[in-house]
Amino acid sequence: MNAPAYNFAYLDEQTKRMIRRAILKAIAIPGYQVPFASREMPMPYGWGTGGVQVTAAILGPQDVLKVIDQGSDDTTNAISIRKFFAKTAGVATTTATIDATVIQTRHRIPETALHENQVLVYQVPIPEPLRFLEPRETETRRMHALAEYGLMHVKLYEDIARFGHIATAYAYPVKVNARYVMDPSPTPKFDNPKMDNCPALQLFGAGREKRIYAIPPYTQVVSLDFEDHPFEPYRFNAPCALCGTENSYLDEIVTDDQGSRMFVCSDTDYCEGRQAVGHHGSLSAAPYKDKAGPHG
Amino acid sequence: MTTIAELPPGFADKVLSAQSTFRSVMDAMARPGSVQRIVPTAGTALTMMRGTAAIALTLFDHDTPLWLDARMTEASDVVKWLKFHTGAPVVQDSSIAAFALISDGGSLPALERFALGTNEYPDRSTTLILQVDSLDAGRGFELRGPGIDGVATLHASIKPFDLFERLRVNEALFPRGIDLVLVADDAVVAIPRTTRVVNKGS
Amino acid sequence: MYVAVKGGERAIENAHRLLANARRGDQGVPELTLDQISEQLGLAVDRVMSEGSLYDRELAALAIKQARGDLIEAIFLVRAFRATLPRFGASEPVDSGAMRVQRRVSSTFKDIPGGQILGPTFDYTHRLLDPSLAEGFVPETPATAEASTAPTPRVTDILGRDGLIESSPQAEDGAGVGDLTREPLNFPADRDLRLQNLARGDEGFLLAMGYSTQRGYGRNHPFAGEIRFGEVEVEFAAEDVGFAVPLGSIELTECQMVNQFKGSATEAPCFTRGYGLAFGQSERKTMSMALVDRALRARELGEEALAPAQDEEFVMSHSDNVQATGFVEHLKLPHYVDFQSELGLLRKLRQEFSEAFAKANAPDAMKEAAE
Repeated sequence: MNAPAYNFAYLDEQTKRMIRRAILKAIAIPGYQVPFASREMPMPYGWGTGGVQVTAAILGPQDVLKVIDQGSDDTTNAISIRKFFAKTAGVATTTATIDATVIQTRHRIPETALHENQVLVYQVPIPEPLRFLEPRETETRRMHALAEYGLMHVKLYEDIARFGHIATAYAYPVKVNARYVMDPSPTPKFDNPKMDNCPALQLFGAGREKRIYAIPPYTQVVSLDFEDHPFEPYRFNAPCALCGTENSYLDEIVTDDQGSRMFVCSDTDYCEGRQAVGHHGSLSAAPYKDKAGPHG
Repeated sequence: MTTIAELPPGFADKVLSAQSTFRSVMDAMARPGSVQRIVPTAGTALTMMRGTAAIALTLFDHDTPLWLDARMTEASDVVKWLKFHTGAPVVQDSSIAAFALISDGGSLPALERFALGTNEYPDRSTTLILQVDSLDAGRGFELRGPGIDGVATLHASIKPFDLFERLRVNEALFPRGIDLVLVADDAVVAIPRTTRVVNKGS
Repeated sequence: MYVAVKGGERAIENAHRLLANARRGDQGVPELTLDQISEQLGLAVDRVMSEGSLYDRELAALAIKQARGDLIEAIFLVRAFRATLPRFGASEPVDSGAMRVQRRVSSTFKDIPGGQILGPTFDYTHRLLDPSLAEGFVPETPATAEASTAPTPRVTDILGRDGLIESSPQAEDGAGVGDLTREPLNFPADRDLRLQNLARGDEGFLLAMGYSTQRGYGRNHPFAGEIRFGEVEVEFAAEDVGFAVPLGSIELTECQMVNQFKGSATEAPCFTRGYGLAFGQSERKTMSMALVDRALRARELGEEALAPAQDEEFVMSHSDNVQATGFVEHLKLPHYVDFQSELGLLRKLRQEFSEAFAKANAPDAMKEAAE
């Protein structure tokens, strides 16, 4: 039988070269989606195959890798990807944002500010920000070529006409370096401001859709908005029940079957770090009752 | 005549050397104007600097048409070495090249003769790898653009002297354009198409 | 006090162990061997090889065993392995005309040179569950005869001699064969890439797409010109050797559909082609593929392309079951961060709605409205 023998960081060198070339072009053209010949990976499409290929192409023995899913290092898929690289590349892993040189993420940007010696690798399901307005690749490619983004503005404006504000809560589109409209991956719009002028390099990998794109460090990233309806990051009106911070993205935890809920940091490393230096929240479930809706 | 057995070797450790070299080039591209060092060494022919050789081994293969300037082409050892270690097809037509290696900057062809990409596929453009005299001494250049926190200053001794004037074509062409990698021995600086350069004089 | 969920790593390990046990089932029952799968579930192996894009019966059988009989999972296993294999080049085109035919039928002619050969087929079996197969069944020895030496030319070649069918579209000289596993796909895609996409495509998806053309969504009046199944030689032209080296033989099913075409001002009316090819015996797959291939040629043949099966982007972007199952199934991964954002937004919208509703129905507002 043809017994498998795998390379450092799983991918063969030819594949890595191809991905590396795509990464360089992605950095040179911020926000533009570079097509690449994505490979079948040993985890399913949708599980982060794009991010995994990007990470595999950049990772070296000196790196310290952190993997998060929903902001947490301990979600099953984050664990699975971290173990994959610990096994195939033998790299050191960490849960501490500050110690990591490469951070692979799904759906969040860490709360701790990133620094210059870091690369943030995003897992992307649908890289095309215009896809849900125009399903055809031939059309969306033309729109990007001409920087013809009227369709996106119409969509956002329809929201305003209907709801009084833009009704996009995650995967909120941004414009990179005043040229390309880009999908930030399904991060909450709370995280959008972190992408702007970020000291770290941000790389995006979409495996199933076969695209790689990038935001170089210190690059302008603007969330799309209108003068009379400026972008507003999502705000919580509760502090984290564990560490007391008022500045982080919170998960809502349902604590009983009576509608009680509590809010805790989605970024577990950030929350634990704060608790370790003495910050505390209420530690108890703050009852939350849904008051909205005309019919109770 | 050199036989294949006499050709200088490639990387001692293909996998890790390529990774390390790539990270230097990636950091250079992500932080235009910053000087990155290439650590791994490979045997090289005289005309090719060790940084250039490492980049070639890291990024070139059968899928990357390669254009060589006259000085590189004349050095038959260079052509053989590249062919043997990377397999990249050497092309005469610079407008289809994925990479171009330039040893004699003084006779750099007009940038428009390389692939500039299209508005639909701006990534289908030539990456120029230009060998220069120095990347830590020489005239000063002020750089701005993505990847740069405000302004970066590069001191370099570069031919052609009007390189950065020529690169201004990138402003009008964007998103099409030329991405440039400067090599001096083991030092690398990248000037992607988004970088705007002001000549500060000496 | 609330403590965030931990221990995912152990949960994964335990889940893997449980899966291994579930896969094995009752250990009192003998374990399946790869030979048993390859020999007795041969059509499953054929499908996994085809859609997995790797001709290796033993690995396909292993994948089926590892996947507990879930063929899409098995295809995925084979694909992931294939992705890491070194690529030496492309073989010479196989000559299906020289196939050692085990089965060959044409619906367009009563008889054809070389003859119709029914071969191993379900076609005329009565679909009655057969209890004698439950255990210890020994089939009768198959009837044999001297192999015919008569050539078995392709039916489309016979039609082609009279110009009744378009000549097989030819690639430009020296144009390499595309490979969508090595190059990112761009639209519009050439026929080589479309056929590769269909050959790797999900049998069920192609079946539904092909079926839809028969029901009027992009109808192309198909006849099964010929379906043949058998063995062909594979040769590889090694650059340094200077001639083609035989690599071995593989089993293939080929389907050539013959379809109507009106002709144009400059071209006499003639039949057109739809083509299907798959590893092993995969008739449903190749017939569906041929229907869809023909439908996707709408643009090239100047037909109006309005139906889903004629839409290249639609078909090619959704035919791959490994991609499709990944993206559908990824919905079971945690999405609570996005969901939280949506929840927050929905609460805000409901709040605003409720305030506006209350305001509109307040006594003052009613009064204003009445005035």
